[in-house]
Amino acid sequence: MADFNWLVDVPAIDDARLRALNRAIDDAYLSFTRSYGAAIEDAFLPLLRLMVWFEQVLLGAPWWLVVAIIAGLAWAASRSRVLVGLVVGSFVFIAVMGMWEDTMRTMAMISVCTLIAVVLGIPIGILMSRSDRLKAAIVPVLDVMQTMPSFVYLIPVVMLLGLGKVPGLLAVVIYAIPPVIRLTDLGIRLVDAEVLEATDAFGASPWQRLWGVQVPLALPNIMAGINQTIMMALSMVVVASMIGVKGLGQPVLRAVTNQYFAMGVLNGLAVVLLAIIFDRLTQSYGRRLQRYRDESR
Amino acid sequence: MNPVEAPEGAGDPDSKPAKIVIRDLFKIFGPDPAGVLPLVRDQGVGKTDLLETHGHVLGLDRISTTVREGDVHVVMGLSGSGKSTLIRHLNRLIEPTAGTITVDGEDIMGLSARTLRRFRRHRASMVFQRFALHPHRTVLGNVAYGLRVQGHGRAAAEKRARGWIERVGLSGFDGRFPSALSGGMQQRVGLARALATDSDILLMDEAFSALDPLIRTDMQGVLLGLQAELRKTIVFITHDLDEALRLGDRITILRDGAVVQEGTTPEIVMHPADAYIADFVKDINRARVLRVRAVMARDPAGAQGPALDAGTTLEDALTLFQDDPSACRPVAEADGRVVGAIALPAILRAIERPRVGPSDARATTGTGSARAASGAA
Repeated sequence: MADFNWLVDVPAIDDARLRALNRAIDDAYLSFTRSYGAAIEDAFLPLLRLMVWFEQVLLGAPWWLVVAIIAGLAWAASRSRVLVGLVVGSFVFIAVMGMWEDTMRTMAMISVCTLIAVVLGIPIGILMSRSDRLKAAIVPVLDVMQTMPSFVYLIPVVMLLGLGKVPGLLAVVIYAIPPVIRLTDLGIRLVDAEVLEATDAFGASPWQRLWGVQVPLALPNIMAGINQTIMMALSMVVVASMIGVKGLGQPVLRAVTNQYFAMGVLNGLAVVLLAIIFDRLTQSYGRRLQRYRDESR
Repeated sequence: MNPVEAPEGAGDPDSKPAKIVIRDLFKIFGPDPAGVLPLVRDQGVGKTDLLETHGHVLGLDRISTTVREGDVHVVMGLSGSGKSTLIRHLNRLIEPTAGTITVDGEDIMGLSARTLRRFRRHRASMVFQRFALHPHRTVLGNVAYGLRVQGHGRAAAEKRARGWIERVGLSGFDGRFPSALSGGMQQRVGLARALATDSDILLMDEAFSALDPLIRTDMQGVLLGLQAELRKTIVFITHDLDEALRLGDRITILRDGAVVQEGTTPEIVMHPADAYIADFVKDINRARVLRVRAVMARDPAGAQGPALDAGTTLEDALTLFQDDPSACRPVAEADGRVVGAIALPAILRAIERPRVGPSDARATTGTGSARAASGAA
């Protein structure tokens, strides 16, 4: 079969073999999902319940209470009247434009996804900061997770779990978790070596050193990571509407397929407003955490 | 490179018990310290050879010294002499390549991770050159930190911490963050943090070197005042001879990781072991550093008049002879015990600067003839 034309032709395997290879991989994964899919789905049941519960809380509560609580959070995090005004204005706009329900669904999704990303990401980042070898192993994985087109995540997740909230959640978390891992690792590695030496000199245990010094001093960076994670989760939520995740993504998707320009812009705007609110909220909280850096009374 | 012990002469006669004993301590930095250790220890390969032909840095070269209980023991040397490396061995922030360190007879090298933490929490606290305070804790939080690590509750720790904040003169700054304080104030916090743990050993690594000269003198005064009362065993690292002479009961001088001389202040000043040290001490104000105790005659016979305190500096003693230069005055310790006699010629001899020259490796101990030979030095 092979003459010496490999110098000229691209050395690709022929189509039949490639098809066979792809099918072999897909079949293997499919049989994996057949045997374990149900068990994995069961394992995710508590998360599903949490998300459904949270969604119902947000949808069931009176709209003004939800706005008041978020405005209160904004005040607690930033002590900024401008931000509180922005929060109230945005939510009133969203409500008036008939996007309240979708926005609440999206917020529930974002909150649970961010929670999971933080709960998993911070410990992974901490472990990574303690071992160069582990870091060398994890960084390429994070690179792949961040650069892989986000639609691609949807395929195996849907094969495994079908359509719905849980596969959407999984896809969003996978896409959004890298920043919090990276910045936790970075933050801890940047803690001043002399401060750590002093901590050791006073006989702090590794646990005391981690939670009393390393994590508090890394917190501004960790907060920046959480901020990025929320932003990525928000953008992924729109993509995840393709696999049946309800929320602001679905009207956007409908608007794209039907060329409803105004509807697309309005729902897109709601996503933008959510992003701005979450961003300002986490950033100003992060800044307040480092008050000690420029204290001058 | 043998450490030269000056003869036990003028130092205070009551010998205190040994607190920290260091024997044959080596520290070699590089890929295979244990492998090149025999070269240094048994074959006498020097620092330069070790670096150039074996690629290892000799940090500490057969250090042996004893720190006595209740002393301020100064370790002095220029940068790169290994002094900061040495002090970090005492609480094992750095592990030695070979050698032993005992504190009250207990082998520090034999401590497990857990007992080492206990040792650091309760026995030896440390003050750092660049303060190394926790930036996210207030002054109160920093001073209470050692106590919190020991396991004290917040309220109890902060109560004791407040006492120490007051002792170092920072009352009213409890709630400030370190970034809001000047360098001198930050180091007061560092000192209070170290004192708060009630450890019997205080390790001070160039603690005052980063401060302005005036603040530094001020802090030395604070330390001496506290030490007069606390009587801790203090190991104090410095590159500043004036500081060493002011604070030190005993001084160990390091060069290239090895001990070149060890002794009391008068021993170092009056009998420098080699040209290197003689060069160091030649410009100091000997009248201000030396005390009557070091230069007096041991026999009080023939002395008349009111007694001088043995701790009087020669500078102050000189003024007492203004009226009668030929007087011979008795010398008494603080408890009133007469221990010797002092006359003007002895003081003048001690104040004279010893002659030092490249041709004269062994420094002379300031005699009139040496002075004359050096001409207008």
